[in-house]
Amino acid sequence: MTIDRILVIAESNNGQVLPASLELLTEARSISDKVDAIAWGKDTASLAAEVGSYGAGRLFDVGDIGESLPGPHVASAIAAIVNSENAPSIILAPTTYDCRDIIGRLSVKIDRPVITNVVGLDQEGDAISSSHVLFGGSQIATAQFTGKMPWIFIVRSKTFTAEPSSGQPAEVVGIQAGDLGATANASIVSHHVETQSGPKLDEADVVVSGGRGLGSQEAYSMVEELAELLHGAAGASRAIVDSGWVPYSRQVGQTGKTVKPTVYIACGISGATQHLVGMKGAKNIIAINKDQEAPIFSVADLGIVGDLHQIMPKLIEALKGLS
Amino acid sequence: MNIVVCVKQIPDPADPPTMDEAKGTLNRNGKLIMDDSDSYGVEMALQLAEQAGGGEVTLVSMAPNNETSGLRTALAMGAAKAVLISDDTLAGSDALSTAKVLARSIERVNPDLVVAATESTDGYTGTTPVQLAELLGWPSVTFAKKISIEDGKVHVQRQTEVGYDDVECPLPAVVTVTAGVVEPRYPSFKGIMAAKSKPVDQLTPSDIGLDASQVGAAGAGQRVVSVEAAPQRASGDVVVDDGDAYQRIVQFLQELKLV
Repeated sequence: MTIDRILVIAESNNGQVLPASLELLTEARSISDKVDAIAWGKDTASLAAEVGSYGAGRLFDVGDIGESLPGPHVASAIAAIVNSENAPSIILAPTTYDCRDIIGRLSVKIDRPVITNVVGLDQEGDAISSSHVLFGGSQIATAQFTGKMPWIFIVRSKTFTAEPSSGQPAEVVGIQAGDLGATANASIVSHHVETQSGPKLDEADVVVSGGRGLGSQEAYSMVEELAELLHGAAGASRAIVDSGWVPYSRQVGQTGKTVKPTVYIACGISGATQHLVGMKGAKNIIAINKDQEAPIFSVADLGIVGDLHQIMPKLIEALKGLS
Repeated sequence: MNIVVCVKQIPDPADPPTMDEAKGTLNRNGKLIMDDSDSYGVEMALQLAEQAGGGEVTLVSMAPNNETSGLRTALAMGAAKAVLISDDTLAGSDALSTAKVLARSIERVNPDLVVAATESTDGYTGTTPVQLAELLGWPSVTFAKKISIEDGKVHVQRQTEVGYDDVECPLPAVVTVTAGVVEPRYPSFKGIMAAKSKPVDQLTPSDIGLDASQVGAAGAGQRVVSVEAAPQRASGDVVVDDGDAYQRIVQFLQELKLV
């Protein structure tokens, strides 16, 4: 099997391709000079210049799918590409809600397995190895496909750095979904945006996150205040999201966002596996926790063992004095 | 309203499993418990069946060694019965093979709704429920943070990157739930006693019409080639707060020129 074409799923929001898809286009063009993208939505053709500048030669356009969830439509369109002369050797998808749906359905349609939670790809001739974080990052597993192409990888965001090339706008090629039967009957009735001020969590230079150690929902305001003082974003552990203290959009970790800020300040977060996976890539980590044995201290550049209800107010006051 | 909940029985996360390096799979031979992520699905299903005015909650699980201890936990919460598919040939199954096994098992139960967790705690592949929906030819709504059933449709608040979408979907369907969709009950003593005598239908792949080449390591199209210790972050200074430790943080931020 020879690696030939690579197809990247270009998910977009408000007319812009998601950074996670641009990261994959960047990686794809380092593996092959034949890179295609696929997108769906009302005005997909407007994405042609952007995906082209990141190396896609063609943009397959599924078109407007109305208020349907995209999984069945896009999976069916990709299956049609796989069964054509444009069949890719590799399919790369970012770890998003919709792409996970798309790939799950595609996997069945073309009877191919999927490798998920990829945090690195390594090419050696016609073999591709993917790397995966195990047990909260203490071990790295390397996996390979043993069967037929296309090989499907779902890659975690920020695994690669997005860099534009000087590529021309991609050629837009229409592609139709086949008969979807009952599978496409789920539809979106309304969208709800839980607003957050300041920089986006996954783009901020400073992230201040709170966990169960805050003790109460009210104490989260200290996390927000500290984040604001440092021009950063406020994040959270899964524990306090599940408790309903803060919306899911603030969750950092395996099932939430992956962040790689200059500095990550963990307040009252013990550092469960599921959290560490999402923030271990930070350049610097500061942790405040009352339990000296908390796993978060094993990854912290600066760990403070103590009561955050004492420490955070003093820290906030001191920073106010400096600004 | 008959509901199937997919339940995974996993090694206790408090006592993490090791990798079998020769096979490239997790060792799952020790005692298994119900994946905590599945307790939300079980609770949600019990509440939905109750609100619908009746019907049964059936558990479906694939596990090694005819393991039932995790299923007993869910039966103790109130599920009526379980289907367990267990066989040596299933060891090493990937997510797609697992979905095939679950789909064939679920077809026998013929439910109105299938509920699963968004991903398991041990493998966190997160593709099995949607693969299952595609195999059944059903719609799916993933990442539900709230679920209700009205007029024969399931209404879901589905998480998005920026908030959530209200989604409606006709039945039958597959819905995956996040932790926090509902507060799982603790099994009562009465429930635990009753669970011991609830039926667990034990099947092998051949009972559901799958042959050994389609499942387990034989059917898996991927393998783990190596497992290595990750380069560790050097842990830095850990200081016990004496009342002034906040100054260390200020200093650290100043060195990074962030203040």
